[in-house]
Amino acid sequence: MSDDQLVIAGREFGSRLIMGTGGAGNLSVLERALVASGTELTTVAMRRMDAEGGTGVLDLLRRLAIQPLPNTAGCRTAAEAVLTARLAREALGTDWVKLEVVADDDTLLPDPHELLDAAETLVVEGFSVLPYTNDDPVLARRLQDAGCVAVMPLGSPIGTGLGIRNPHNIELIVSRATVPVILDAGIGTASDAALAMELGCEAVLLATAVTRAQHPELMAAAMRAAVEGGRLARRAGRIPQRFWAHASSPPREH
Amino acid sequence: MRIRLNGKETALATGSTVVDALALLGAPDSGVAVAVDGDVVPRGQWQTELREDAVVEVLTAVQGG
Repeated sequence: MSDDQLVIAGREFGSRLIMGTGGAGNLSVLERALVASGTELTTVAMRRMDAEGGTGVLDLLRRLAIQPLPNTAGCRTAAEAVLTARLAREALGTDWVKLEVVADDDTLLPDPHELLDAAETLVVEGFSVLPYTNDDPVLARRLQDAGCVAVMPLGSPIGTGLGIRNPHNIELIVSRATVPVILDAGIGTASDAALAMELGCEAVLLATAVTRAQHPELMAAAMRAAVEGGRLARRAGRIPQRFWAHASSPPREH
Repeated sequence: MRIRLNGKETALATGSTVVDALALLGAPDSGVAVAVDGDVVPRGQWQTELREDAVVEVLTAVQGG
């Protein structure tokens, strides 16, 4: 809806679905999925250039007029993440960064100490930092206080498709947020994305759920509709849940 | 001289610059960034000569996240 823009760091987006580019079998599958998703902001990773050249993903995003959001995926320490962000700024000409500092390969869970440390450094250096964080309301608040332009709590670990395992924590994060809360990681299917929006998240970031679906383009369309539906439901204000039935038709004479 | 270019021992003529290292990788003109010994080298300083044993990292954007 044109009167309901997502605003991050003063920049407006018509779409509340942020996509990742990882996991797609090839660029043409990715292109169809990105177009179907309606996304305007999409993550890329930074990796060593090899003799075979890049993957062409930047050219694709440029052609589709989608803003690239470089991430620091694979970084284990604040120092690694800060250097990667600086290189991304140089390579892509953007000071936006999806900050990821993970603790180990089995969980890919954020390392809270290194994450906050990196966020503080990058904010001082003028970056617009969007940190991938645990679903921890205290850490989310610390990141917000550090000057991050959004906080991006996980629903469940990256790539698991387990959905939102602790909806109450997401609500707690939303309730005290002064920057957009973006549900990042764990989305498995459309209902997960809708729930994220119903809980009050401003946007959803996902990749695997679409790129590794049997039909990525179709799932991208499903996610787009789910995010829009969830957002509308949040704005509409849901009915309270009750224990007993409550008739919606007038009582009948017996 | 020898440098370490994206993790590989690489021979370069003495006096070679960042630009020469990029050419070895076939790097495009845009969308790449360079760090030497852990510090970003801005595009404007790519004519800087590399020293012996320099650790050169050249990164670009790939699918991910």
